[in-house]
Amino acid sequence: MYKYDQYDQAMVDARVEEFRDQARRRLEGKLTEDQFKPLRLMNGLYLQLHAYMLRVAIPYGTLDSRQMHALADIADKYDRGYGHFTTRQNIQYNWIKLEDAADILADLSKVEMHAIQTSGNCIRNISSDHFAGAAADEVVDPRPYAELLRQWSSFHPEFSYLPRKFKIAVIASDTDRAAMRLHDIGINIVRNDAGELGAAFYVGGGMGRTPMIAPCINDFVPLDRLVTYAEACLRVYNRYGRRDNKYKARIKILVHELGAEEYTRQVEEEFTLLLDQGVEPPFAELERVRTFFEDPLFEADASPDIDRSDPDFALWVDRNTVAHKADGYVSAVISLKPVGGIPGDATAEQMRLMADLAKDYSFDELRVMHTQNIVLPHVRKADLHALWTALDEAGLGAPNLDTVEDIIACPGLDYCSLANARSIPVAQRISERFAKTGKTETLGQLKLKISGCINACGHHHAGHIGILGVDRKGVENYQLLLGGSEAEDVSLAKITGPGFDEHGIVDAVETVTTVYEREREDGERFLDTYRRIGMNPFKEALYG
Amino acid sequence: MAELLRYRDDETVDHPAVTVDAFLDQSNASAVRIEPGDDARDLLPHLERLALVEVNFPAFGDGRGYSSARILREAGYDGELRAVGDVLVDQLAYMRRCGFDAFEPDQQLDKDDVQAAFERWPEVYQSAADDRTPIWTKRHA
Repeated sequence: MYKYDQYDQAMVDARVEEFRDQARRRLEGKLTEDQFKPLRLMNGLYLQLHAYMLRVAIPYGTLDSRQMHALADIADKYDRGYGHFTTRQNIQYNWIKLEDAADILADLSKVEMHAIQTSGNCIRNISSDHFAGAAADEVVDPRPYAELLRQWSSFHPEFSYLPRKFKIAVIASDTDRAAMRLHDIGINIVRNDAGELGAAFYVGGGMGRTPMIAPCINDFVPLDRLVTYAEACLRVYNRYGRRDNKYKARIKILVHELGAEEYTRQVEEEFTLLLDQGVEPPFAELERVRTFFEDPLFEADASPDIDRSDPDFALWVDRNTVAHKADGYVSAVISLKPVGGIPGDATAEQMRLMADLAKDYSFDELRVMHTQNIVLPHVRKADLHALWTALDEAGLGAPNLDTVEDIIACPGLDYCSLANARSIPVAQRISERFAKTGKTETLGQLKLKISGCINACGHHHAGHIGILGVDRKGVENYQLLLGGSEAEDVSLAKITGPGFDEHGIVDAVETVTTVYEREREDGERFLDTYRRIGMNPFKEALYG
Repeated sequence: MAELLRYRDDETVDHPAVTVDAFLDQSNASAVRIEPGDDARDLLPHLERLALVEVNFPAFGDGRGYSSARILREAGYDGELRAVGDVLVDQLAYMRRCGFDAFEPDQQLDKDDVQAAFERWPEVYQSAADDRTPIWTKRHA
C-alpha cells in the first residue's frame, strides 16, 4: 500500500488548516455561502436534505485496517454509528455538523486520509480496479498510475474551477471492473506488441442525464508522458467545456459536440506544446510509487483445497470469492447487501470487524468496490472458513455478489436534495422478494442498479436491469431499463415503457426475470438473453 | 475598486487595457484584457509589445482564466499578468501558480488573509507557471 512521506503528510496537514481557516472566515461573515460552497465541496462537505454529508476519499479504493478503524471511530464520534460506501470507492457520512468538519479532517490526516476533492468542480478521487494487485487477469497493478495521477491532480492550480466535476478511473485488464468507459477519463494500462506498457485514454464517458460511452482517443500513451497527456485532456476541457448550462458542462458533451476526432486533434496539439513545459514527473517517481504496490509475501505452498462440507459456506465461496493470481489464494468479497438492508451501509462495529479480519487474513489490506461492497484481496483458501464464520456471525456473510440482491442504489430521497424518489426502500423490497422466492441463485449474474433521479448516481444506465425514480405529479414513479453494462461489454440500458409505482416496480423486476428464465439458453446471463432476444418479449410480459 | 496587489518590481502600466479584438486591430496598445471566452493564444504573435495582460474573472468559479494565464507564461510572456474581477482570497495561491503576479479584486481583501493564502502551501505536487519545484522532483533530486 502507498504510504505518505513527509511531503504528502505536510500537504494534507496544510489542507486541514486551510479548511479550518475557511470555516472560521465563513462563520465570521468574511465569506458568503456562495463563496464558501466550492471550498467546502472540495473538502468533501456536501449539504443534503437533513444535514451535511462528508465524503472521505479512499484513493483507488485501497485502505488498511488502521484506516478502516479510523473510519469506524469517525462514524461513532461524529455521526450515527455508521457510514455508507459509495460507487466511487469512497465512504460518506450522512449526519455531519459543519462545526465538526475540520476536526474530522484532522482525525483523518493522522491515518493518511482526507476528503480532498471528493466533491466540487475539480478532479475527483481516482478510482481503480478493486482486485488490483490480486486479479489473475491483470496486465500490471493499475494503482501506481492512479497514485501518480492522485498527486498530479491534488490542488491542481489550473484545474480546480472546471466547468463541472471530473472523474478518472484507471484499470489494467481486459476485464473492466471499474466502469472505466463511463468516466470523464478512463485509462487502461496496456502492453503493446513490443512489450512496453502504455496508457489507452478513453475520454468523455459518463452517466448522468446524458449517458455516454467514452471513445478511445489514444490507444497508447507512453508511461513517461502519462501526466502530460492527462494535462492536455484537461486543458482543452477547461478552456472549451460549456459553462452556460450546468447540465451540459461535463466533458462528454464537449467531446460529443466537437466529435471525438476534433477533440483528439485539439488534445494532441496541446500535448505537443506541453511536452516542452516539463510537467511530467521524473520516471523515478513512478518507480518509487511502484515499490509500495509490490506483492505481499504469498505462501508458495498455500493449499488449493477448500473443505466444502458446509453447504452455506460452499455457496458463499462460489458466489463471493474470485480467482487470485497466487496459487492457494482468492479475493473474498464481503457483501454490504444483506437482504432488506441499505446497500453500501456498514456500522462502525462491522467496519472494525472487517478491519480486524483484513489484518488476520488479508495482509492488512481492504478494498472498496464501486458496487458498494468490501474486498479482502489476498485470502488463503485455507482461511476462508474461519473468515466466513466471523463474517456470517456479524451479518456480513450474504452470498450474493453480482446477483440480483447485489444492488447499487443511490441515497435517493431519504437523504439527497436532488432526488425525485426514494431508492433505498426499492432496493430493500427487491432483495427481500428474491430472497423469499429463492430465485437469486438460479438467476446467476444479474446487475441491478437504482437511481432516485436522472443524475444517475445509482448507475441505472449501466444496470442489466436499471431503475430510475422520477416524480410524476408529486408521486414517486419508477421507470424500468434493460440491457446496460458497466463492464468491458459496456452498453447503455434502454427504457421499457411507462413507469411503475413503488410496489409495481418490484413486480416488474420479477416479471422480466421470468422472461429470462423462460428464454435463456445454456450459460446465458440475463444480459446475454436480452441482447439476443431484444426488448419486445420483455415489453409484452410487462405491458401485455 | 480595491487596492492593486502587485508582486513585481517594474513600473505599473498606466494606460487602460483594451479588448483582445481592439488590441489585434491596433498596433500601439501595450495593455490588453482577456475575457473568459477569449483565446489567449491570439496574443502570442504580439507578446513583445505587451507590458500588461489583464485576465478578467467575472465570476470566481469560471476557471478559464487559469488556463489563459498559464498559456501566456508557457509562451514566454514575462510582462505583468493581472487577475481582475471576482478575485477572492481562496483563489490567490492557485492564480499565483498559474503565473499571475498582480491582482485587482473587485472587493478589498484582508491583508492578513492574503498573506496567509500565499504562505499556506509548504510544497506543491505539480509543475505550473511559477518556479516552485514539485514534490516529485524533490524526492529524486
